[in-house]
Amino acid sequence: MLLEIQGLASHYGRIQALDGIEVRVGEGELVALVGANGAGKTTLLRCVSGVQPATAGAIRFDGHDITRMPADRRVALGIAQVPEGRQMFGPLSVEDNLRLGAYRRHGDDVEADLARMYGMFPILRQKKDLPAGTLSGGQQQMLAIARALMSRPRLLLLDEPSMGLAPLLVAEIFKAVQALKDEGTTIFLVEQNAYAALAIADRGYVLETGSVVMSDQGAALLADERVKEAYLGL
Amino acid sequence: MFAEFLQYVFAGLTSGAIYALAGLGFAIIYNASHVINFAQGEFIMIGGMSTATMVAAGIPLPVAAAAAVLVTMLVGVALEKFAVEPAKGADVTAIVIITIGASIFLRGAAQVVWDKEFHALPAFSGETPIAVLGATLMPQSVWVVGVSMAVIALLWWFFNRTLFGKAMLATSFNRLAAQLVGIGVKKVLMVSFALSAMLGAVGGIVVTPITFTNYEAGIMLGLKGFSAAVLGGLGNGLGAIVGGLVVGIAEALASGYLSSAYKDAIAFVIILLVLFFMPSGLFGKKGTDRV
Repeated sequence: MLLEIQGLASHYGRIQALDGIEVRVGEGELVALVGANGAGKTTLLRCVSGVQPATAGAIRFDGHDITRMPADRRVALGIAQVPEGRQMFGPLSVEDNLRLGAYRRHGDDVEADLARMYGMFPILRQKKDLPAGTLSGGQQQMLAIARALMSRPRLLLLDEPSMGLAPLLVAEIFKAVQALKDEGTTIFLVEQNAYAALAIADRGYVLETGSVVMSDQGAALLADERVKEAYLGL
Repeated sequence: MFAEFLQYVFAGLTSGAIYALAGLGFAIIYNASHVINFAQGEFIMIGGMSTATMVAAGIPLPVAAAAAVLVTMLVGVALEKFAVEPAKGADVTAIVIITIGASIFLRGAAQVVWDKEFHALPAFSGETPIAVLGATLMPQSVWVVGVSMAVIALLWWFFNRTLFGKAMLATSFNRLAAQLVGIGVKKVLMVSFALSAMLGAVGGIVVTPITFTNYEAGIMLGLKGFSAAVLGGLGNGLGAIVGGLVVGIAEALASGYLSSAYKDAIAFVIILLVLFFMPSGLFGKKGTDRV
């Protein structure tokens, strides 16, 4: 297992946000985490990235115990996150945002990766000298994904990549996610858009008020009556 | 008439350059942590005092100045490490109060290490005034403005042309995103204190031949640097520079045309006016983020 979460708990002050989380993500898998607003999906990703402390349990990445490791070292190990709300460095140029994505890499071919990102998202090449804050929501989402990929992650954490985007853009983002999976990138995807997420996922977890209540193959969850009723609006 | 005006402007640019350096020091730390470091003035004092002592002991000026900058940077890093970092997670106001405490501590330490006397430095390249359109310009003023410009250019290069400089900017724009791309925000905070200390020390060294220095010389210079930063818009580098020059020239004109008794009041009148009428300063955040 590339990512192994055992008995993870996390708190905001006295409020418990996660409790007894058990999640595994294997090399090359696309695993989806679905659940309602406030279920703790974003908190779980923040714990994996190290920007939210775990209060109990353990997180292992590629055999290393990273439960207490600072966030910047986790990036060096190969964990990158596309955060909720995109989180641009607004006044910095698009290209600077991408270069900062490769901040922890030294010496290897950053220029080649820049060209690869511009190939994947041509609009970013056109806008490379503009401040990232001036991009539209969809363009910012592409930039956020490309910035995370610039670190050459072994595990890509995606937090609500479709949020706030027009349906056409949502389809484009999911196409990009699918393409990344086909290239062999390991992806842990958090989505409110449960249908789209489970449709492309190998496996899925359903999170409710801070605990995992179901886990199965993506297709099986899609077919599950309870999931249908609660999250797919069918 | 014009010569007199020019004379005041020269004086204003000289002190304004020092305020600009101090204002930049405030801006850099503010950007990294949202803390206003009220010990900024003490960096100016330590830079000047250390150089004066070493030169008095016979060490050549360039060596003494470099050593003094280094000493001040170490003090800056120590301030971050032992006073600011242990309070992480505390309210920003609490950390600001810690820096006020640190400034009092540094002034006390300076009385112990040195004394309460004024210390002087010889002018870097003589005292023969240069005549410019009827006004006179002291060579040391040229040093002050020239060195300040060089330091500002260096800083510009650092923040716009190096990856670590951009990482520091990125941290000020979005701390969460900075952590997620692997920027060590602790290191950013430490470097911001080192840089601010460097700015203060350089200002203190070049201005000491003109104003002399003593253990409490940093109080006024620091407060005026703060006025400069507030006038320019806290956290804005260009704003701090413009703010510094405006404060310097305004106080030189006021002391020339009104009375030198008002000199120190000008900076604080400016702070009040800014707070009343344009709280985000001349170059305050315009916000380019689209949500």
